[in-house]
Amino acid sequence: MNNTLISLDKVAVSFGASQVLQNISLDIKQGDFIGITGPNGAGKSTLIRTLLNLNPYTGSIKLWDTPLSDFHHWNYIGYVPQSLTQYSRQFPATVEEIVSLGLISTLSWPRILNQENINHIYDTLKSLNIQDLAKTSIHDLSGGQRQRVWLAKALVSKPKVLILDEPTNALDPEIRNTFYEQISKLHKQGLTILLITHDTNDIGNYAEKILLIDTNIIFWGDFNEFCKSDSMSHYFGEGSKHIICHQHE
Amino acid sequence: MNNLITILQYQFVERAIIAGFFLGLVCAVLGVFLVLRKMSLIGDGLAHISFGAIAIGIAFGIYPLFVAIPLVIIASLIIYTLTRNNIIEGDAIIGILASFGLAIGVIISSITTGFNIDIFSYLFGNILAINQQELIFAIIGSITILSIIILFYQEFVAISFNAEQAKISGLPVSRLDIIFSIITALTVIMSIKLAGALLVSALLILPASSSLQVSKSFQQTIIFAIMIALISIIFGIIISFIGNIPTGATIVTINIILFFTIILFKYLIKR
Repeated sequence: MNNTLISLDKVAVSFGASQVLQNISLDIKQGDFIGITGPNGAGKSTLIRTLLNLNPYTGSIKLWDTPLSDFHHWNYIGYVPQSLTQYSRQFPATVEEIVSLGLISTLSWPRILNQENINHIYDTLKSLNIQDLAKTSIHDLSGGQRQRVWLAKALVSKPKVLILDEPTNALDPEIRNTFYEQISKLHKQGLTILLITHDTNDIGNYAEKILLIDTNIIFWGDFNEFCKSDSMSHYFGEGSKHIICHQHE
Repeated sequence: MNNLITILQYQFVERAIIAGFFLGLVCAVLGVFLVLRKMSLIGDGLAHISFGAIAIGIAFGIYPLFVAIPLVIIASLIIYTLTRNNIIEGDAIIGILASFGLAIGVIISSITTGFNIDIFSYLFGNILAINQQELIFAIIGSITILSIIILFYQEFVAISFNAEQAKISGLPVSRLDIIFSIITALTVIMSIKLAGALLVSALLILPASSSLQVSKSFQQTIIFAIMIALISIIFGIIISFIGNIPTGATIVTINIILFFTIILFKYLIKR
């Protein structure tokens, strides 16, 4: 059985004269937990945005064996963008209203929520232990609570793949760990995870595969192999090797 | 009290209040989306364009709204297309087209004699002079626009929250934006009779901006915006009639007083 969910073949992205991604070929399989890392400006977020059909590209991208341009099952993908780009500070909404926006891809027009949808929103909030916040304004939440709301919005459509773009940037270490424990639990339940992060500790603790990019793919494969590779030492330095790889030693 | 009842018994006051109720409702609801999408100025721009279009209509003896509706919808779509394709910033193209509309209006009114009173009623608004035909147009137009907003409510909320994420959810954002541009143009045209081309954008911006100061949810924002709009319109019509002052300007002034009162109370409560 083919369990490839996302397939990229010779994908390249350029903005004007600037080549941001080049010759990216890889298959993402069901159940993968992939850490995507690389230096600033390496093209990590561009790669994700390209997968989400937000950037023009050359090469081939298939989602569930369907060319990207023909793909319509967007509820298969849950996306948590960088926290600071999520919302306008002026936007008035309760947690329930925000999470309901995540259901939009599952509803047929006219997209009016029924009781079943509302029950499902509350089930999702409960699974992340934020059901008591349902009627609270998003502006009255802490950073950690708000991050769980964005996660609930991404999960409410019951996605098969969860994409997180530096989700814990604005969080303190303790809340960050709780957040990643939550993600790890979801992975154990069968969710495929793509995690962009600068935080090398996160990769070491949770990801099973690593994609290191810097316009091109520098390394793509199993985390244990990555720890033994020259790319590891080259990009993160010998000193970081122990911290990043200790979980996998 | 008796005076108030007497005022409300005048048919033209009754027509003005009914039209104001429907137009206020649609401006308040649409205004919330416009303000959140940082498109507040589009109302002002389209109103100025409609002034030019109305002047053309009056000069050529065509019912002004028949000229204004297509021209303002086209202008709204031009603004949307040029900004979406990053050809020009939104505020710049709104400014350009608004100046163009106003310039056309001024030129036509200066070279054509005999319709200056008509054109001034469109420039400054005169809801008390609304006739039966215009009232029916305002009611049917408002109900149509509100129905469209209700049918696309989740989509418009999603796009206002984050257009890019709405696109990732599989929503046809471009097509929805075109629908949104058209209903914005129609709302502006319909509301010109209420507040005039110079003040119509206030009906879109002020109730929403006041409501955003105190609301905790999206639904609450819409409900408060409607309440603020209706209070200002109904009291504006009555006060302007009693004081013999322009209705549109009175409605806008009440809106501004409410806005600063809310800001002041919010500040005092926070202290």
